[in-house]
Amino acid sequence: MLENQPVVLETRDLSKSFKGFTAVHNVNLQVRRNTIHALIGPNGAGKTTLFNLLTKFLIPSSGSTFFKGENITSSKPPDIARKGLVRSFQISAVFSGLTVLENVRIALQRKHKMDYQFWHSETILHTLNNEAYELLEHVDLARYAENKAAELPYGRKRALEIATTLALDPEVLLLDEPMAGMAQSDISRTAELIQKAAKNRTVLMVEHNLSVVAKISDVITVLRAGQVLDEGSYEHVSSNPLVLEAYMGKKHA
Amino acid sequence: MLPRAYFLAFLVLLALLPHILYPVFLMQLLCMALFACAFNLLLGYTGLLSFGHAAFLGGSAFIAGQAAKVWGLPIELSILAGTLTGTLLGAGFGLIAIRKQGIYFAMITLALAQMVFFYALKAPFTGGEDGLQSIPRSDLFGIIDLTHEVTMYYFILVLFLAGFLIIFRIIHSPFGQVLKSIRENEDRAISLGYRVDRYKLAAFIISAALSGLAGSMKAMVSQVVSLSDVHWSMSGAVVLMTLIGGTGTLFGPIVGAAIIVSMEHYLGEYLGSWVTIIMGVIFVICVLTFRQGIVGELEQRLIKRKLPLQSQDSTS
Repeated sequence: MLENQPVVLETRDLSKSFKGFTAVHNVNLQVRRNTIHALIGPNGAGKTTLFNLLTKFLIPSSGSTFFKGENITSSKPPDIARKGLVRSFQISAVFSGLTVLENVRIALQRKHKMDYQFWHSETILHTLNNEAYELLEHVDLARYAENKAAELPYGRKRALEIATTLALDPEVLLLDEPMAGMAQSDISRTAELIQKAAKNRTVLMVEHNLSVVAKISDVITVLRAGQVLDEGSYEHVSSNPLVLEAYMGKKHA
Repeated sequence: MLPRAYFLAFLVLLALLPHILYPVFLMQLLCMALFACAFNLLLGYTGLLSFGHAAFLGGSAFIAGQAAKVWGLPIELSILAGTLTGTLLGAGFGLIAIRKQGIYFAMITLALAQMVFFYALKAPFTGGEDGLQSIPRSDLFGIIDLTHEVTMYYFILVLFLAGFLIIFRIIHSPFGQVLKSIRENEDRAISLGYRVDRYKLAAFIISAALSGLAGSMKAMVSQVVSLSDVHWSMSGAVVLMTLIGGTGTLFGPIVGAAIIVSMEHYLGEYLGSWVTIIMGVIFVICVLTFRQGIVGELEQRLIKRKLPLQSQDSTS
């Protein structure tokens, strides 16, 4: 049934070289609507580079990217976000000096076109509070609303990041290692959050934690040395000897 | 937030000061304080370090002086002409520099400001090494005589407060929130769909415009504009004032400006160039011991005492 979903995000022969080193090589990736799609692969496989290419933080050397059939290869990062393709970062990206509530409101401000108003007092932003609290409730952060984001423990920061991203109500969520550096208790909570967020949305995530990937993703693409090694369900890719070899080295395969 | 009581006390103090201290000194202080506040809008609230702000202060001062002395414009229009100059220079600098980040941004603004300096050095109307001297002070709106220094002080105070309130409004506005988010994490702001260059450019132009207002006021107060107003050391001085007082605090730049201007004024005649060394020492102490500046440090201590940390849960 997942195969019947339309393709939302697609790359065609996407490549990126850095001074002769090819980090991503002719990658053809198709992400289907309403799926959780995981990108895995050993260190240096080009996952984060591919991610940065998709969100235009890097410019591809060749190839193209399509979002819902529209060629977005030469779009700029903020414009990608405006189209509904919002990313997170490997290192948690919150606005540390702002409160938890303000963090979520920043995203809402853009959506509600309350970004250039310099003549209004910021109390006008209180009209966004209900929506913001709802989002914080969703990730179990409402009681921290008045705390500075910097004061949150790491796992909570990632939850805040997800709430901020969801505030834009994006069609596609791009999560760059959402579980990196997390304690076990946070991992299961974040996995649940991602599943919750993925309702009626598409999620593409880079993730190292294979047990999480196995549990929540519908499709897994395995990258090795910048190329797609295999793609399919967890059962499928985990039984591929080449995938095992890429992860464990030859002798274990 | 600006607690009303503090602001009122601040107003009363400013209104009474010219009866205690020398008004010309106070006016110069207000000009530099507004300059530092305008600079702080950029450094403290947007996270942009400009090293070319002297061009906006001095460039506007020369045009305001020229307008009053040669074109014969009344004082209010001269100040307006100066402020417009600051705005236009800001737009020019900003369009060229805003896409660059960190040290590159600082260096480009410095280079552009040096071009303004050399233009001021060579252009005939600025008077070169002599500067622009004996700038007349016309009656305000043709009726209020400004030759009396205390009257002039209140005029300058009104302009200062107007500039200060504009900055206050911007900082605590939806736009100000966006600026702060860019300061905190520019990439994240971009990934949320903000075209950050536009907000940074807007903040840069506003900062340049208000620096231009400060420069024009300074020209009318001193009735002299010299090359030191466009010199790079003026760009350095404003960084110093803002850092000592506290970047990203509302009153920090005012406190910083008060310290630096007072030292130059009161110690200058006894200690001569030793003042520069003392300022250097103060700066080093400041950076080493209270990095948030005087006001930043005070605020933090007060907040810590008032608000015990909210309950944290024990996960992770």
